[in-house]
Amino acid sequence: MSVTRIQPRRRFSFFEWKEIVEYRDLLYFLALRDIKLRYKQTSLGAVWVILQPLVPAVIFAVLFGNFARLPSNGQPYLLMVFTGLIPWGLFSNSIGRAGTSLVANSGLLSKIYFPRLIIPLASMGSVVVDGLVSLGVLVVLLALFGIGLGWHLLAAPFFLLAAFLMGLGLTLIVASLNVYHRDFGYAVPFALQAWNYLTPIVYSSSLIPERWQFLYSLNPTVGLIEGFRWSVLGGVPITVTMMASMLSGLVASLAIGMAVFQKIERGFADIV
Amino acid sequence: MTATQDIAVTVRSLGKSYKIDHLGLAEPPVEAAEGGSRRRWPWQGKGPRQRMSSEIFWALRDVDFEVPRGKVFGVIGRNGAGKSTLLKILSRITEPTTGMAEIRGRVGSLLEVGTGFHPELSGRENIYLNGTLLGMRRRQIDQVFDAIVDFAEVHRFIDTPVKRYSSGMYVRLAFAVAAHLEPDILIIDEVLAVGDLQFQKKCLGKMKDVTGQGRTVLFVSHSLSTVNSLCDTCMLLENGRVAKIGPTESVTASYFASSEETAGSLLDLTADPPGDRFCRMVGARMVDRSGESVSYAHIDREVGIEMTYELLEPSTGPVIPNFHFFTAGQCAFITSPLPQPPASSGRHQATVWLPARFLNEGTYSVNFAATTPIPQCCHFHVQDQFCFEVIEDLHDEARHGAVHKVPGAVRPQLNWSMR
Repeated sequence: MSVTRIQPRRRFSFFEWKEIVEYRDLLYFLALRDIKLRYKQTSLGAVWVILQPLVPAVIFAVLFGNFARLPSNGQPYLLMVFTGLIPWGLFSNSIGRAGTSLVANSGLLSKIYFPRLIIPLASMGSVVVDGLVSLGVLVVLLALFGIGLGWHLLAAPFFLLAAFLMGLGLTLIVASLNVYHRDFGYAVPFALQAWNYLTPIVYSSSLIPERWQFLYSLNPTVGLIEGFRWSVLGGVPITVTMMASMLSGLVASLAIGMAVFQKIERGFADIV
Repeated sequence: MTATQDIAVTVRSLGKSYKIDHLGLAEPPVEAAEGGSRRRWPWQGKGPRQRMSSEIFWALRDVDFEVPRGKVFGVIGRNGAGKSTLLKILSRITEPTTGMAEIRGRVGSLLEVGTGFHPELSGRENIYLNGTLLGMRRRQIDQVFDAIVDFAEVHRFIDTPVKRYSSGMYVRLAFAVAAHLEPDILIIDEVLAVGDLQFQKKCLGKMKDVTGQGRTVLFVSHSLSTVNSLCDTCMLLENGRVAKIGPTESVTASYFASSEETAGSLLDLTADPPGDRFCRMVGARMVDRSGESVSYAHIDREVGIEMTYELLEPSTGPVIPNFHFFTAGQCAFITSPLPQPPASSGRHQATVWLPARFLNEGTYSVNFAATTPIPQCCHFHVQDQFCFEVIEDLHDEARHGAVHKVPGAVRPQLNWSMR
């Protein structure tokens, strides 16, 4: 017989992963709910999942590739943008959608107990599904452009996982802070937009002048994007600085995210 | 002493405090500037300096109790006594500040039936979502799925979005999921007020099943009739502390005694008696035949509602008291005495006797008025200040086994001819 002990928790304890595994069916159904609700009462339904990354990619490719004639290191501009949008979408859509998830589900959280981490994780479910669909679109695009894949494709899952985890860390921070100050819900889209421009998504990082390269590489998402792009399209591998700032950004965002989330988790029902 | 494994819930010096912030103007501005105030940011405005003062409020303090396995444990208390806080801690929605609780077995909580239901999702999808929210595994839901649909009587609409459900169907489905949770310990807060009468009967039946199978139930309710008939042991909370734990009957009795001063069946208007310069109402109470105040009415005993009023000068014509009895927002009946002779000045009492087996179980409120017919005038009309509860044992033989509240404003035991 299971014994549950309820008492004031210590300041910092690790997540109870075992409990999250126990509630995996809930995670599944909550994620399913979010995915179903996203395309309820749309005529095109799942087609939107394909159009969402494709349309901006085409627009940017035409704008920057055809009109502004920015360099793309010899790759088709559309593919360069699209390979940037996949890890970026995983990262930024997580923050965008799951960042408000705690507040949006406050009705559940203040009435039923379940591991609180399930809520942001489930909200990220739809982002992951969107990402998988985008990968499918990428495969089609690669075939259309007749791009061959190299051994470095093996590194692609690593960069996608990094994008997911970095997104998770920041999601936890944003979702938690949003409970106290709803301002974050408004500020985050702007911050993400600015961050988007500081990251080589619609342009190549080779566009950045040499003397700014080091500073530019300190942005953790630069490595994320250029790394994934390299693993798919080949070309110049990412620098050590990019890799190091990506990994340290990843670890930092996860550690801070967990700590902040736990602090919020304890008193959530009393705040909302 | 009971062996540990026979105890389902142990609670030891459990407490929960909240910090309440009062936003107020700081009295001496100097003090605020010296750091008595909360951290201030440049953008927080320059108006009158505001200061946050905070105070610790204990919603629950030093609560100790044990619930033996297989028992139905009732928790009663007035609004704000800490009942909901206790249940929230036990269902792990909020953390205690002090003390600890130990729960042996799987907990199912019915704090809010239908939580997590989404209007756009179908009945089927909602059953799975709600079931997993309540801690069930998918396989377990597969097993009880048909039983849930049967119980909720929604077969034809199971793949329809629940936003198209009638409110009755919605509630039935929600309760059905919760009822098939099959936990070892069930925490229930006022859920029996849902649905139509037939469905309530079904729910009470389900609850009896649950206790019959050796499950433990923690039951918070305002319906003392239900507590009286379902609970073995009962705890009375007052201002966050345990006022009494014991056999249900004695605890509910002391609850009535404690509520006598503040609520319901005793009304004292001497401080500011309503009325005109001729006649004023002074108070009202509920009495038994011996003239003693009583705090609630038992359905099989006669009670009187006594109003005290004051005539400031001798009356020339009759002063007629009117008592208006309301239940569930409806006027059940109005009663007044037959024509009366003129009365002298001073205090008078008018008592109406409500026979045994006349009112239904439930809460009644009484409005008091006094009128003079010629020339017609109303001296006072005191509304919504007096109420009382009629209780009945669910095992009362006159119920013939009915477990739900019998409908009707009144339930007189009339004379029958049986051939």
